[in-house]
Amino acid sequence: MASAFEYAPAPESRAVVDIAPSYGLFIDGEFAEAADGKVFKTVSPSTEEVLSEVAQAGAADVDRAVKAARRAFEKWSALPGSERAKYLFRIARIIQERSRELAVLETLDNGKPIRETRDADLPLVAAHFFYYAGWADKLDHAGYGPNPAPLGVAGQVIPWNFPLLMLAWKIAPALATGNTVVLKPAETTPLSALFFADICRQAGLPKGVVNILPGYGDAGAALVEHEDVNKVAFTGSTAVGKAIARQVAGTDKKVTLELGGKGANIVFDDAPIDQAVEGIVTGIFFNQGQVCCAGSRLLVQESVQDELLDALKRRLTTLRLGDPLDKNTDIGAINSAEQLARITALTETGEAEGAERWSAPCELPSAGYWFAPTLFTNVTQAHTIARDEIFGPVLSVLSFRTPDEAVAKANNSQYGLSAGIWTEKGSRILAVANKLRAGVVWANTFNKFDPTSPFGGYKESGFGREGGRHGLEAYLDVR
Amino acid sequence: MSDNRLSVFKTYKLYVGGKFPRSESGRVYEVTDSKGKWLANAPQSSRKDARDAVVAARKAFGGWSGATAYNRGQVLYRVAEMLEGRKDQFVREVADAEGLSKSKAAAVVDAAIDRWVWYAGWTDKIGQVVGGANPVAGPFFNLSTPEPTGVVAVLAPQESSFLGLVSVIAPVIATGNTAVVIASADSPLPALSLGEVLATSDLPGGVVNVLSGRTAEIATPLASHQDVNAIDLTGADTGLAKELEIAAADNLKRVLRPQPVDGAADWTADPGTHRLTAFLETKTVWHPTGALGVSGSSY
Repeated sequence: MASAFEYAPAPESRAVVDIAPSYGLFIDGEFAEAADGKVFKTVSPSTEEVLSEVAQAGAADVDRAVKAARRAFEKWSALPGSERAKYLFRIARIIQERSRELAVLETLDNGKPIRETRDADLPLVAAHFFYYAGWADKLDHAGYGPNPAPLGVAGQVIPWNFPLLMLAWKIAPALATGNTVVLKPAETTPLSALFFADICRQAGLPKGVVNILPGYGDAGAALVEHEDVNKVAFTGSTAVGKAIARQVAGTDKKVTLELGGKGANIVFDDAPIDQAVEGIVTGIFFNQGQVCCAGSRLLVQESVQDELLDALKRRLTTLRLGDPLDKNTDIGAINSAEQLARITALTETGEAEGAERWSAPCELPSAGYWFAPTLFTNVTQAHTIARDEIFGPVLSVLSFRTPDEAVAKANNSQYGLSAGIWTEKGSRILAVANKLRAGVVWANTFNKFDPTSPFGGYKESGFGREGGRHGLEAYLDVR
Repeated sequence: MSDNRLSVFKTYKLYVGGKFPRSESGRVYEVTDSKGKWLANAPQSSRKDARDAVVAARKAFGGWSGATAYNRGQVLYRVAEMLEGRKDQFVREVADAEGLSKSKAAAVVDAAIDRWVWYAGWTDKIGQVVGGANPVAGPFFNLSTPEPTGVVAVLAPQESSFLGLVSVIAPVIATGNTAVVIASADSPLPALSLGEVLATSDLPGGVVNVLSGRTAEIATPLASHQDVNAIDLTGADTGLAKELEIAAADNLKRVLRPQPVDGAADWTADPGTHRLTAFLETKTVWHPTGALGVSGSSY
């Protein structure tokens, strides 16, 4: 589409990051090749350029990493909390120092706009380490009884949508409470975790306390199954989450799962429309909609539906899709060809089932994986696109007449991770928030995160909380 | 009263939805005391009874979870009051069920009554202990509040037929959950009698539903039931617990595994809060606070 005015390209410099042609697994403080010598390539989703070749962990590597973490556990857990705290403070500071480098790296490997990695991911990553660093010597006062014990070795599997932020959510509370970790980053986004390994070395973290195993689902499954793992923490799809819940049945492993969502973003007729439009855009187009807590279902009160949709479409035509490294880019690339295929298939299902599709008229680059911001109207609660998590920049619009109907529709989901409420009326916010079966509710805002604020779902969005004092429980032997 | 008066037996019945049905299957099984003497024919619940109980529990959830914490506390306290008045009956039933002397059984019943009092006091306190305002870095009032998980299937301990039973039911309903309880298979009578107490304690029908029968037969459909939100496996042996945990994964039920303490079960120990928190969700709500600017400073 022809913009009202063109922006000159404003790319962030790639020179701040030096990506090596190959990386190993990070086990016991050393980079090493996989036992079976396997490697895989990680590409930049916006260009399909191969960024690096990374060692691919298998079951033997998982075993080696868990053993290293076990050896490190005794000393690490026996350290005074104040000493563990200082390591974490060091890590937080080094992340701040290297944040531009890491932001560019994350944008290259993940495909999300630099504006997001620079202004959201990285500040939150550093803040998360800083926050949990402060807990390490205060665990006696956290409300989990005197001298709460760590669990041991934590096996952690994270997704590709916020690679470094999910790492921070997993590693910071685990280390603060005295556990050691083996973490598997997603196969499409291994690089920032490997850079983090280097940060651990710079911080002088004892060997084996953090082990990073890039790899595929088989490595994740081997980690979850390993008999010497005491704690499993997983963020990802509900299907895999259920498989993990079955795998750990009958063991002593403690589990927390942060899974899918189909968040309802509820707009009442008295909401400030322009503000709500910005909130809807943030809710579903932030990170190309590849967010578990995305506001992927818009529930709009019937009397303002037309006005709101007009304003929303107008706004969507101004979103800039393209080079993620460009500082003016709003919508970056979809993370992988596989994910793009899933989004494409689900939107085709949406059309086939009779929903009406509208996509922002923007030009998609010829290389890389791209999907234009899209919304569906004429959506019913029975439609696949109103029930299944799409994990892409696709919004399903439903309407309602009364607050009761809004609540009933919002709660009509197997998921219960997030929800949004837009209204000028304070009492309505409180009444509706009270009835929503969701772990995080945003009133007149959306997709806000903070290390002090517990995050996690109801129902099939998983269990356990990350963030805040609540987040400590996942890594403590609390009965 | 003359010694040769023929006593009136009680027909023990289930407690579901505030009513006292027999098993829809029409089955009963013989319950004996610890020496093998026949005590009663207890209903042997079926899968259908379990499903009916879930329907009743779901129906009761909105009202009970929506009641004020103060009100729930009053109701739990009322249970203690009602029990106190029927202590003799429970002492007799517990003595029979667990082979205890009268004085030991009395101590168990006393502890169970006190447990209701303990949890009655928790209903309006747990929210402040595990919830609170989160100091986020931005202009938001951010509040985390615990909420009940929903319908909880509870496998009551097999050995401790009354104190153990109360110790697993009370924390589940204190926070606003509703429960489907499977009584101790061999010693269900105190549990079935507890239903009669609950029915007269202002507890809304359906908040607690008590089933007797074969634990695995009733627990299996509950563990795989899509409208059950959580399961307490206390009364399951290792093999059954694993099987039920696998079934529970289908809709990601919250699972409370049998705790190490439960086996030998010193149910008289300080119960702590973990049985309350195991069936709570944390909801976090972000409210923009806006800003009044410098001129709006209260200093």
